[in-house]
Amino acid sequence: MAHPLWQSIPFVCILLPLGSAAMTSVLPARWARRWTLLVLLTVTSLSLALMVLFGVTGASNYTYTMGHYTAPWGNEIRAGQLEAITAHFFSLIMLLSLMGGMRKLDEHVTSSKHSLYYVVLLLLTAALMAQIYTNDIFTAYVFLEIMTISACALIAVRNRGRTLVAAARYMILNLVGSGLFLLGIILLYDLTGHLLMSNIKEAVAALHATGEYALPLDVVIALISVGLCVKSALFPFHSWVPDAYGYSTPTSAAVLSSLVSKGYIFLLIKIIYRVIGLQVMQETHIFNVLFVFALVGMVMGSISAIRQSDIRRMIAFSSVAQIGYVYAGIGIGSDMGMMAALFHMFSHAACKSMLFLAAGGLADASGNSKQFHDLRGSGYRSPIAGVAFTIGALSMVGFPFLGGFASKLNLALAGLNSSDIRAILTLAALAISTWLNTMYFLRTVITIYRKPDENAHYPVERGQRGFCFNCSLVLFSAVNIGLGIFSQSIVDAIMRGIGMFG
Amino acid sequence: MNGFTNYEEMAAMVLFGIGFTTLLLNRNLVKKIIGFSMMDSAIYLFLAAKGYINGRVAPIVVNNVVSMEAYINPIPAGLVLTGIVVSVSVTALMLALTVRLYRRYHTLDIDEITALCRKEDDT
Repeated sequence: MAHPLWQSIPFVCILLPLGSAAMTSVLPARWARRWTLLVLLTVTSLSLALMVLFGVTGASNYTYTMGHYTAPWGNEIRAGQLEAITAHFFSLIMLLSLMGGMRKLDEHVTSSKHSLYYVVLLLLTAALMAQIYTNDIFTAYVFLEIMTISACALIAVRNRGRTLVAAARYMILNLVGSGLFLLGIILLYDLTGHLLMSNIKEAVAALHATGEYALPLDVVIALISVGLCVKSALFPFHSWVPDAYGYSTPTSAAVLSSLVSKGYIFLLIKIIYRVIGLQVMQETHIFNVLFVFALVGMVMGSISAIRQSDIRRMIAFSSVAQIGYVYAGIGIGSDMGMMAALFHMFSHAACKSMLFLAAGGLADASGNSKQFHDLRGSGYRSPIAGVAFTIGALSMVGFPFLGGFASKLNLALAGLNSSDIRAILTLAALAISTWLNTMYFLRTVITIYRKPDENAHYPVERGQRGFCFNCSLVLFSAVNIGLGIFSQSIVDAIMRGIGMFG
Repeated sequence: MNGFTNYEEMAAMVLFGIGFTTLLLNRNLVKKIIGFSMMDSAIYLFLAAKGYINGRVAPIVVNNVVSMEAYINPIPAGLVLTGIVVSVSVTALMLALTVRLYRRYHTLDIDEITALCRKEDDT
């Protein structure tokens, strides 16, 4: 059975970065950079084309058999609207983050290791795309590990004590998470005898109907969910986050906070819909556990962020709180909740990567210091970074017409739609967390526009003030504003994608 | 008598527990890596034990194909092989990180390393 050409887009999106990663390792750094940008641009535009095809022509989801071997012998890729949106969004953020942090990379990474950095970025892209598109749960596990390894390399590439320790801590917690996840899928394979997601779902539904193996099935669901929570740094498992995001090079911080943790969450949502089934998940009460941890994370992350005196660490702790928002959406456990979680995933990814890059620019204009008292007036010294940071901060707080507002609105609506105590809890946690967000983000915005000390002298570093840096921040701001203004059509598209998931 | 017939699985779970706690709680980085290897090996033991059917042979054609019922399922073995490749690469990465940390701080204790790097940053 032959596929029409456009159906090969997901396959190309996975294989192009994977193949280029091998090739880039032998290229000189300048060419590696150009090639990486080209590949990311290609993946972004191909995913955009796929997204438009699904959205405009109303094409339905399809499975793509690799090498025309049908299941269970071959490996399958599955694409639908939600996969296309996520792939486009992730590759776009990756491209913009790389553009924004390229200059800084020369300073933070030993020059002999530059092309290796691009290898890691391409591997990460391939792993993300494979996790989005794969229809095979063991393939998902393998690419999950590739993502873990490349993310560790992204942290450790800046050879400083703090980043090395953060990388070690990151690996330890992630290995715990992958161990639990692997045990979960192995048990699931033993229960159902399948590795393809659609086949597992049928088998799970049959098991659920007869009530056979109810306890092992609960164990499987718990292992998979907890494993992925640990990997995506949900609140009590976040000990590596502040150091890893705070001291790595800006591109790494942007990519880690906005894409790596989101990749695991997307996989979890995919497993909820495509492997276990939302109905079965709801009856195990695992959503309640996720919901409680999410709410605690929303508040505790923000409280820790207030206590920081370093701008990058503050943004890192805010990420912990934002992961809580996403899990709160999942924990509500309805289609609306999942939609809110996915939308927040996108708006947070666009916003947080921009904040990390802008904070890097502000620090550069302040004698390379990330402390708040040195950052006074940096908004005047580096105007574009200042404006971008302000837009990002307002979006985080939930200012109307920006992505953050729409995602908070969606979360509140999803909470209100659930009939039990979650409605009140969601609203209360949202209110407290928004109030805390406002406190530390607006404080920072005020700081960067305050008059600096008279006698302070800041050597203006060329550092990040390149054309690419400005360009990436302008595009990032446009993405954030676009997410806010076109939120309704994006929400509709996500809902349609979730419908295709089932 | 389920407990007795499933002794491979029980051993696997005990090993998984030991590896898991070592990976999480031990402060020595090398012991953590050993714990990780144990944890992953336990999962592979579990998978291999689950994949074996008593009285059947590995699916390798020796003279000519016997009936399908004579062979065990080859997929678990394939999964174990893939898993081993993954855990070898992760172990290599962890060992490389440990070497770099040891050269810098001359200790393997993760808490001590954390304290040392905070001090280094403050000065």
